[in-house]
Amino acid sequence: MLELSHITAGYTPRAPVVRDLSLTVADGEALGLLGPSGCGKSTLARVAALLHRPYAGTVVLAGEPVRGFRFRAPRARRTLVGVVFQQPRLAADPRLTLRALIADPARATGRFTELADRADALADAVGLGGDLLRRRPPEVSDGQLQRACLARALLLRPRLLICDEMTAMLDASTTAALVAVVEDYRREHDAALLAVGHDRVLLNRWCDSVREFPTTP
Amino acid sequence: MGKPEGGDATVETAPGNGTAAPRPAVDRPWHAPGGDGRRTRAVRVAVSGALIGATVLAVLLVPPLFPLDQQAVDLTAKLEPPSWAHPFGTDEVGRDVLLRCVYGMRVSLLVGVVAALVASGIGLAVGCAAGALGGRADRLTMRLVDTFTAVPHLLMGIFIVAMFRPGIWPVIASVGLTHWVSTARIVRAEVLSLRARPFVDAAISGGASRLRVAARHLVPGVLPQAGLAAVLMVPHAIWHESALSFLGLGIPAHEASLGTMINGARGSLVTGEWWPTLFPGLFIVVPTLALAGLAGAWRERINPRRRSELVL
Repeated sequence: MLELSHITAGYTPRAPVVRDLSLTVADGEALGLLGPSGCGKSTLARVAALLHRPYAGTVVLAGEPVRGFRFRAPRARRTLVGVVFQQPRLAADPRLTLRALIADPARATGRFTELADRADALADAVGLGGDLLRRRPPEVSDGQLQRACLARALLLRPRLLICDEMTAMLDASTTAALVAVVEDYRREHDAALLAVGHDRVLLNRWCDSVREFPTTP
Repeated sequence: MGKPEGGDATVETAPGNGTAAPRPAVDRPWHAPGGDGRRTRAVRVAVSGALIGATVLAVLLVPPLFPLDQQAVDLTAKLEPPSWAHPFGTDEVGRDVLLRCVYGMRVSLLVGVVAALVASGIGLAVGCAAGALGGRADRLTMRLVDTFTAVPHLLMGIFIVAMFRPGIWPVIASVGLTHWVSTARIVRAEVLSLRARPFVDAAISGGASRLRVAARHLVPGVLPQAGLAAVLMVPHAIWHESALSFLGLGIPAHEASLGTMINGARGSLVTGEWWPTLFPGLFIVVPTLALAGLAGAWRERINPRRRSELVL
């Protein structure tokens, strides 16, 4: 599903955050990537989600090499991957209601009428309903917002889901609920998962295999 | 214990209603240091609002009720000091200063509002384009903006007015086309900061196009700032209109405009007739200060984002 080979990426070419890293996520596999904070996990997740162009290395997604990143990636390729970010506050446009937030990818791809029911079903699945969906991000808690962000990431039925420290800011019960939603989705759609985090216990229980992030020299 | 400072006997809390307890009424003068400035702000907004309201009302109601013949002069009544018949006196050719002030204010407000809208529109478009495109396009655009800034804008405004016959539209063009730079800078900076947030990443990952990200996530985010810039621009534009008219380049000399009035009455100032210059001057200063006061209060409302973030 996803093949990263010899990826070097970062924000200044002289001091890349990720150096020469390779990893593979097979179809339907759940891979956990474990590492301390600041080691480049999120940067790698952004590369894998086609949101950040690496300085070197190749990304192969669904059997085809990736040539463009961000807006240069064709829409169909970008939406193959769903991303849930670490901080829901920053990952949600503060002007959208939660309902609009969840349905945003459907509007962006012009499939709103087709996906409206799915958006409602997903909101229900992540445990959001009624009044909450009419509120805006500043009026809900981090956990509720992260639930909406997960629903948004699953809306377009991605074949690979990347969870970048999805549960780092959440309490145990919300973590359990969100992981259950992800697992239900994966069972239903046979989707792959790349879970990035620093919680060894959680990743061991959640993923088929767990890799340590190689420490940069 | 644990009561906020100054929560003394003047505070009456309704029994069984702990959540809606009123702020403790602190006994200190409204201008005292250490106050939270709410009173000051409320007074400023009320006074500014009343002044703006009175000005707008006067400008809307007076012209239909008291028509003014811009060309009529009455040399028998020239330079009369303020009286009941002419509360602001008369000017050097016997025209009523009060009535002409109101007519001049109408021109100034029209120029101010339209020019501010034009300038902010251009600034919003340029700033959004530069910020959203980024990279080389951004650098090129901002260098062009720098070049534009290097020319004094009054000079450029004079150049634009000089190309057309005197009138209100060349004045609007000259102010509007030269004052978009600051708005463009503000908008670009704000767009750049929004663009780096993860919610833009999320939108890209959700299949949004460049245009959609700009229209749905970036532009709405900068509208408060752009609107504030537009309101702050109105007083500035009014001053520019007056300056151009004072220089004889703006509104035709016989038509009432605050700038032409001050220019025409300049000569009589040295002979001691202060009213034909003082009152138009006040008509420029007072409403523009009031407008700036309102805009300042608005800025304080939209900017202390940090305070609400602390609560999170």
